[in-house]
Amino acid sequence: MSIWIEYLAAAVILVASFFLLVGAIGLARLPDFYMRLHAPTKASTLGVGGVLVASMLVAAGQGRPGIAELLITLFVFVTAPVSANLMAQAALHLRLPSTALPPEDAVVPERRAK
Amino acid sequence: MSPALDWALNLGIVTITIAVVLCAVRLLRGPTMTDRVLALDTLYMNAVALIVLLGIRWNTALLFEGALLVAMLGFASTVALARYLSRGDVVE
Repeated sequence: MSIWIEYLAAAVILVASFFLLVGAIGLARLPDFYMRLHAPTKASTLGVGGVLVASMLVAAGQGRPGIAELLITLFVFVTAPVSANLMAQAALHLRLPSTALPPEDAVVPERRAK
Repeated sequence: MSPALDWALNLGIVTITIAVVLCAVRLLRGPTMTDRVLALDTLYMNAVALIVLLGIRWNTALLFEGALLVAMLGFASTVALARYLSRGDVVE
């Protein structure tokens, strides 16, 4: 029983560290701040959540309740979108340039009907 | 601890260390201040994951309180820096 919980925890650790690596690669490689904001905020939330789920699995395999891991998971899942939103607000306030094209149906001020 | 979990912990620690190095690259290069703040936030996330993996590896529950502290300090510093960048002041 316990050995299968450890195998499951090993698989979750591999997936979570892969997501953390993908988020960091996106942070280092993408061309524009808004894309760089997109990559690690989602990937590292999933990565940290996966690592904490693996830790809770190992703790449950040893018969110990993982209360601290549950607290960290809840804290990370609540605070990660808030900090990403604040950073996006700061970037919009500083008027950072974006390389993305506007959408097809965007209302461009110069072309607005008179 | 089974050999599969040991191997996965080693590989996970190496992978997260590579992620930390990539975040440090963006922290040093970052063309704007918000890039540096974002890189610092991601570094805090990776540090939490690394501390939790070391807590599994050393089979101690003491490190999880440390990981919770790192997560809270990371959130507070990110909020303070983002407010400073967008308002010019942390507390009005």
